[in-house]
Amino acid sequence: MTASSAPLASVRDISKTFGARKALNGVSVEVGPREMVALIGPSGSGKSTLLRSITGLQTIDAGPGVIEVFGRTVQKNGRIAGDVRRSRAKLGMIFQQFNLVGRLSLFSNVMLGALGRLPFSTGLLGAWPMADKQRAMAALHRVGVSDYAAQRANTLSGGQQQRGAIARAIVQGAQAILADEPVASLDPVSARKVMEQLVELNQRDGLGVIVTLHQVDYAIRYCQRVIALKAGRIAYDGPSSGLDRPTLIEIYGPEIEDAFWEGDPT
Amino acid sequence: MTDTTVESPIPAPPSASFASRMVDLLLWGGIALALGLSFQAVDIDNLPRLFSGSTSAGELAGALLSPDFSRWQLFLEKMLQTVQIALWGTFLALFLAIPLSFMAARNVSPPWLVWPVRRVMDLMRSVPDLVIGLIFVIIVGLGPLPGVLALALNTGGVLAKLFSEAVESIDKGPVEGVRATGAQPLHEIRWGILPQVAPLWTSFALYRFESNARAATVLGLIGAGGIGQTLFEAFTSFNFREVSAIAIIVVITVTLIDMLSQVMRKRLL
Repeated sequence: MTASSAPLASVRDISKTFGARKALNGVSVEVGPREMVALIGPSGSGKSTLLRSITGLQTIDAGPGVIEVFGRTVQKNGRIAGDVRRSRAKLGMIFQQFNLVGRLSLFSNVMLGALGRLPFSTGLLGAWPMADKQRAMAALHRVGVSDYAAQRANTLSGGQQQRGAIARAIVQGAQAILADEPVASLDPVSARKVMEQLVELNQRDGLGVIVTLHQVDYAIRYCQRVIALKAGRIAYDGPSSGLDRPTLIEIYGPEIEDAFWEGDPT
Repeated sequence: MTDTTVESPIPAPPSASFASRMVDLLLWGGIALALGLSFQAVDIDNLPRLFSGSTSAGELAGALLSPDFSRWQLFLEKMLQTVQIALWGTFLALFLAIPLSFMAARNVSPPWLVWPVRRVMDLMRSVPDLVIGLIFVIIVGLGPLPGVLALALNTGGVLAKLFSEAVESIDKGPVEGVRATGAQPLHEIRWGILPQVAPLWTSFALYRFESNARAATVLGLIGAGGIGQTLFEAFTSFNFREVSAIAIIVVITVTLIDMLSQVMRKRLL
């Protein structure tokens, strides 16, 4: 795969209003094609909204805001680009609730990753070519859930489903992964496996990764760069090593000290 | 916890307000009044005729208790035709219901399309299938086909409504999951929505097949073929022993279909 040299995501001056609340307020961010970036911030700070806007699952407010992915405009002035599907195909999306289709087998779910690049009718009929089927099995094997390929997705545990979602992104041939709180619904062991697989995709396969996280310690441990949002504005953007106690208190408020039971952040 | 709860007096139990009691009175009084006013209109005072009519209930019961199955081959053949009418009526209804249901689902279709499609569905459901059947008898002539078409149109409207409600109640997460791979809107429907609604849809379709087997019997009365027509003919020639035989066959068949489709639905859900 030829990695693009254009930035993974270029977000310029975007805002998003839900009713009277500004979820994003003039946010500008640029993420390089091979970076692994954590998006942190308290609930409602706008990190999910930012991530969903980058894939065009969410429209931004009309105005000067522009979002580009690998050099192609995803949306500007509150309108999703007509060729947004070409950008989405380059981004593997991973959700907190996995968003697999529960009644389909894990294998079928992973095959859906091929929809963006197969001919329209092939995808509609589910007449997957053998090469793609093998690719799906290889992806499932790589994330360690190939034994469950024939099982319905809704019979699997959260960790197994989330690894299936990663396999779907691999089959998609994505150049970057956007993960929206991928470990928030998982037990600590599954959470660590999922985070390690994201790191591996970043380091071994050269995929860019943007991951929103509630756990600051995960952000520090797994990501080199951290972007923190607070009330729809960027409160910190820099190396994870620069996240000291005063910065965290500024982002989360003084209660953050009670939340850090796992160890001192600095 | 706090001392205010200890010191303050215990409040009185809740009671309905005067206004809400008046509303209740008005409602129940209104229903009683409507029943009273309708008493004459529907001849309730003729109720004793049940036992002293021109053909007394006792006489009729005697005929019904000794059913005449001598023409059973014809009855079974006509019963089969009725089931076949129901089968094709339901099948054709699916072709109407599936596209209409997506067009009428608020989470799939744009608002300017939802409203008119829903009005069309209302119309399809609100015209009784007997009336639609009569219209089709005029267009395509007597026989089972007008029955099939009448059921298809009526059931199409009912299923479209049930189907679209199922589509509206889906979890949108998996649909977003499919969308995020770069899929086309039809792919989203095929892979994100259809798997979620399939069990409910099948259950609704089976249920409508059951009720269509009953409805197809009634449609025979207007010349739309099947066992209903035979039943009607037996009635008009006062052959109550055959009426009884046909009724028994209908009840057994409909019960069998009910049981069969219940087993199928249980396996699905």
